[in-house]
Amino acid sequence: MFFRRENYTHPAFKEAALNMLPLATGISAWGLMTGVAMVKSGMSVVEALAMTFLVYAGSSQLAAIPLIVAGAPVWVIWATGFCVNLRFVVFSLHLRPYMMHMPRWRRMVNGYLTADMSYAMFTRRFPKPGTTREEWREEEAFLSGNYFVTWTSWMGASVIGIVLGNLIPTSWGLGFAGVLCLVGILCSLANTPLRKLAALVAGAAAVAAYSLPLKLNIVAAIAVAVAVSFWLERRGAAVSREAA
Amino acid sequence: MTRTDAWTLVVIAGLAGVSVLTRCFFFILDRSWALPAWADRALQYAPVAALAGVVAPEVVMNAGHLVPTWHDARLFAAPAGALLYYWRRSVLLTIGGGMAVYLPLHLLLGW
Repeated sequence: MFFRRENYTHPAFKEAALNMLPLATGISAWGLMTGVAMVKSGMSVVEALAMTFLVYAGSSQLAAIPLIVAGAPVWVIWATGFCVNLRFVVFSLHLRPYMMHMPRWRRMVNGYLTADMSYAMFTRRFPKPGTTREEWREEEAFLSGNYFVTWTSWMGASVIGIVLGNLIPTSWGLGFAGVLCLVGILCSLANTPLRKLAALVAGAAAVAAYSLPLKLNIVAAIAVAVAVSFWLERRGAAVSREAA
Repeated sequence: MTRTDAWTLVVIAGLAGVSVLTRCFFFILDRSWALPAWADRALQYAPVAALAGVVAPEVVMNAGHLVPTWHDARLFAAPAGALLYYWRRSVLLTIGGGMAVYLPLHLLLGW
């Protein structure tokens, strides 16, 4: 954690912060846009600030906005956020051996603050988890310096975006930037043929099932797309067995 | 200015819990454990499905119906953004380029 003295005085903290600095512009631009999108989609300034400082996950924030505006049930919004965040579950499995020497509350603070960029940079810098006390200290200091830059640039830019968004008329349609951001994230995640297909199936199902009450069309879309992908995966496996 | 309501704040607090839960998923408990095989496979597809399920209606629907006309800026901006992503692999370019298509159509032509 960046507020612990033994972390921010360690040389690895500065190294990590300098490594992350070039990426801060990109993170800031995204934060700025998320800030604008939140207020321009109909959230109040207090709600937008609370969301920024508590949730700290751009894609799940942006995915939740249309659902909150539509008045979807709480569990549908949380389930959607959970699915959008599932990549972190995979990261957490990878990070486990780096974390287990810490008490639980420190693991959880470190985990909460480690988003995509910090995860990628940290695991590239430390391909194997440390075994000595010194190595553990270096790892935690590096991780802290890394997400210190990510956190401050994201938060600073989001707050500016929320203030700016409040000054810009809603009729300009800047809230659509949030949808475009999700389009970009979607394209980056749909990196195998089956995942692309899952995205198409889910999109079509969400539109076709739109009249379902309680925004259940999102839940239906996830279920249908996952089921179709499982089925095709099995068929693909059967076909390659026959070929072999 | 929009009013703040308690329900939205509860939703936000829960989403914060979702952030903590997903980011710490495998190191909250002390003992090590694994997901069942089906859940492991669902991890491959559920994130794209959730995003596409949220995005598609935001692009092609209006007040619960498919947009009846192609005179809608979103129908052009979203595919343009996707193409730009595949061209340069940059989410920022998707947003910037998509808005460059969206804003003139929306503000000047009223689409």
